[in-house]
Amino acid sequence: MASAARQNSRRLLTNRVMTTLTAACAFLAVVVLLLILSYIAYRGITAINWQFLTDTPKPVGEGGGIGNAIVGSFLLISLASVIGLPIGIAAGVYLAEFGAGWFGHIVRFVTDTLTGVPSIIVGVFVYAIIVLPQKHFSTLAGAVALALIMIPIAARTTEEMIRLVPLSLREGALALGAPQWKVTLGVVIPAAASGIATGAMLAVARVSGETAPLLFTAFGSRFFNWYLDKPTASMPVQIYNYAISPYDEWHAQAWAATLVLMTLILIINIIVRFFTRKKF
Amino acid sequence: MSSPITMPKPPMPETSVREQTDVRERALPSPAKISVRGLNFFYGRTQALSNISLEISERVVMALIGPSGCGKSTFLRTLNRMNDTIPGTRAQGRVELDGQNIYEPNTDVVDLRRRVGMVFQKSNPFPKSIFDNVAYGLRINRLAASKAEMHERVEKALTDAALWPEVKDRLKSSALGLSGGQQQRLCIARALAVRPEVILMDEPASALDPIATQKIEELIVELKKDYTIVIVTHNMQQAARVSDRTAFFWLGKLVEVNSTEKIFTAPDQRLTEDYITGRFG
Repeated sequence: MASAARQNSRRLLTNRVMTTLTAACAFLAVVVLLLILSYIAYRGITAINWQFLTDTPKPVGEGGGIGNAIVGSFLLISLASVIGLPIGIAAGVYLAEFGAGWFGHIVRFVTDTLTGVPSIIVGVFVYAIIVLPQKHFSTLAGAVALALIMIPIAARTTEEMIRLVPLSLREGALALGAPQWKVTLGVVIPAAASGIATGAMLAVARVSGETAPLLFTAFGSRFFNWYLDKPTASMPVQIYNYAISPYDEWHAQAWAATLVLMTLILIINIIVRFFTRKKF
Repeated sequence: MSSPITMPKPPMPETSVREQTDVRERALPSPAKISVRGLNFFYGRTQALSNISLEISERVVMALIGPSGCGKSTFLRTLNRMNDTIPGTRAQGRVELDGQNIYEPNTDVVDLRRRVGMVFQKSNPFPKSIFDNVAYGLRINRLAASKAEMHERVEKALTDAALWPEVKDRLKSSALGLSGGQQQRLCIARALAVRPEVILMDEPASALDPIATQKIEELIVELKKDYTIVIVTHNMQQAARVSDRTAFFWLGKLVEVNSTEKIFTAPDQRLTEDYITGRFG
């Protein structure tokens, strides 16, 4: 009896210690994130006003804003998503549904390798194949660079999400006389839709903050640009330029631009979550 | 396959199974809907079915019984070529549906599966609305010409599956919100909607409570009027209650097939008797 009671109390103690430990780690992870976010908000909020959000950059002391960078980032991310997400998601569907053979293995290996390639290398690559032949920087080149980063992320998350769809669902559809492609399109993908959207969001969020691949491709601009074949400003590059400048005013603007970028990513996230929330 | 260690090895039947079944099946009045001839089935190198020959007449309920791993589910899944989806499997022999061998290379498997529907052990409704679950098979096979016809056929299928009164006011809500028994009847409705000729049921009530089980069993008896049904079950009483004929499988072989009454009262094989009386398995 005594030994059983001792064992019991020991088990309860272990349980309590481990629960506390994991909770502390979870708390730590969130606290760091919250600290970063609140510090950015604290530093950035003072410089944000209507002019900052709509104007183009001005010399030091004259105010100015990041309106053109917001437009540029919007163009770059939209175009990159249009190019990268369909390819990435389709590749992920292929890998999950038909990628059992040697070709699937190779694609999976290459995709994993691509995920780990430093983004500046992607920038240099696109510089070599698009910027050099065209002899000028462009929004398109920037978007292609971002798309190349998105493809492997979207492909692998899509594959994982589709694999989570139980085999019984596929069999249920096949048993009704559905051809494989209709099973994939009508049952498997809808069942995995919210997961796929989350993966796509991860890819979008990841490239929204990319600076390095844009330095050699979209380059940057001091003006509003709406054309795909012209260089364009973007928020990450603008933040980088302001942050490395020696002026306090520009530093404040860099903080503010960071806050704006973060807020935009958050808004995109919420919108996508809303439209792909689980209906059934 | 079951491990032979846990099971005493009973003597093999003296006469071959094939001879016996052939004699009996010939005596049956109605023509065979499904006729299996010398079927062997392999998972990679493991042989799961050996030389199965069996006839299933139209509009009867055929129960497949036997201990776990005896091959009855595998056999069931050869009847609509569901095993094709498992890599590394291979079937030899003939499975004829209305006299047509479904293992011919030119068989339209998609059409075969429309004609031979299936209900699985674990209910597997799609994450869609109740209506869309039943309508899915109609849509993919383009079986409804108009919206009105679609509604009509969905209602008919749900009525036939004895589910309509319970769901008629919530057709638009998620199928996943139904109870386990309701989900299984929804899956039956989904299979009925495409008007198959044969329905395969793989332990359809094994995960359900007694009341839901009873509903499914009543449903099977009702469906027999229009469909040929093959049902795998672990529940001997269930086989006795719902089926007209029973086939006993053991270690990938068909030991005995006969009218359910005969199997449960005076089986020809000692092995069958031992299994039914619970001496093994």
